[in-house]
Amino acid sequence: MNSPIETDIIIVGAGPCGLFTVFEAGLLKLRCHLIDSLPQAGGQCSEIYPKKPIYDIPGFPSVLAGELVDNLMEQAAPFKPGFTLGESAEHVEKREDGKFVVTTNKGTQHIAPIVAIAGGLGVFEPRKPPIPNITDFEDKGVEYIIKDPEFYRGKRVVIAGGGDSALDWTIYLIDKKIAAHVTLVHRSQTFRGHLDSVQRVFDLAAEGKLNLVLDGEVVGLKGGSSVEQVVIQQKDKGEYDLATDHFIPLFGLTPKLGPIANWGLEIEKGSIKVNTFDYSTNIPGIYAIGDVNTYPGKLKLILCGFHEGTLMVQSAFKRIYPDKNLVLKYTTVNGVNGF
Amino acid sequence: MAENTITVTVVDREGKEHVLEAPTDMGMNLMELCKSYELPVEGTCGGMAMCATCQCYLISDTALPEQSDDELAMLDQAFHVKSNSRLGCQIKLSDEIDGIKVELAPES
Repeated sequence: MNSPIETDIIIVGAGPCGLFTVFEAGLLKLRCHLIDSLPQAGGQCSEIYPKKPIYDIPGFPSVLAGELVDNLMEQAAPFKPGFTLGESAEHVEKREDGKFVVTTNKGTQHIAPIVAIAGGLGVFEPRKPPIPNITDFEDKGVEYIIKDPEFYRGKRVVIAGGGDSALDWTIYLIDKKIAAHVTLVHRSQTFRGHLDSVQRVFDLAAEGKLNLVLDGEVVGLKGGSSVEQVVIQQKDKGEYDLATDHFIPLFGLTPKLGPIANWGLEIEKGSIKVNTFDYSTNIPGIYAIGDVNTYPGKLKLILCGFHEGTLMVQSAFKRIYPDKNLVLKYTTVNGVNGF
Repeated sequence: MAENTITVTVVDREGKEHVLEAPTDMGMNLMELCKSYELPVEGTCGGMAMCATCQCYLISDTALPEQSDDELAMLDQAFHVKSNSRLGCQIKLSDEIDGIKVELAPES
């Protein structure tokens, strides 16, 4: 295992709020390291709506979410933040010396006196269809993400969904002659993916290479130690079983608070309760800023997250250096002095 | 009733009816209305038709504007979708929908 990453502030969540906090911490000479479950920084702005304009960032009448993230990255760059991307912060532990150890799902360890949770809506997880026994078959024939297509070589596969990911994988597993048999189940008659993918899927069905089930839904799973059949409910045909080795529902991602919910933090309606004096949580040294927190009058706006991060680092500084008299820094006086 | 106010009925997931007074002059949508009355609607994406946590079923025969491509695309990916499914965030509160009644779709 790699040696642990040491820093001043571990920021859980590399969305806009976490990124701006790097800048504000940097002004106080505090270093930051960000952890995010997504493979890139920017949170929702990058993952869900990079091309959507945002109109309520002060000083920007309109800015694309993706551009805002680019700008925040540039603004944070002088302070050389570290990133652990594609890993989710799973576990936190307080050591005897008062420092926190945050471990990710892949075992990467981070050590710092301060943890700032800027987790937004939480960890993006695959949207799971409401099939009663689906969790019983997870990793036993049910996969929500295709990690390695070779895994399906020679197998019978049922894919559900109507978006690009469902279409692309259907085409891939057939065109590359990987799966032995592919069924695509989609709820309606039409697809909303890229037009050429949609055409290719209909062509494959016409050529007899794809079992295309339209107006249908997978409503049940049957099997013993692994999936053996899916139960399909189809308009006009009713319910029937279809033998398969794998069921792959591809319905996009949805955020869940995730492992943070088990960190012993006070949680109210899925958000972390904080003191608005400094956005501290019930665990001294752990703060929560941005969309992930709640307090009376809370508004889930990016600009409020910026404010919360700014005040939070003042408190963090006092925790790390209780003997230093904090001097507020105005960038107008000294400019931005990076590390 | 006060000026610029309509009545919206929301049936929650326990079957309880909530008759809400809704302002038409605040540029609000049905998702925001539910949230401000603290009904259990997440509105995760903030009203961009990108999460379906505000999915509801239209019960009254209120005539609503055509669904946008964004809304249809999202409902295509959502669960518990019926022919009368709508995204609350895409329903603007206006005089035309006075008396509308919707039921919240199950959480997914």
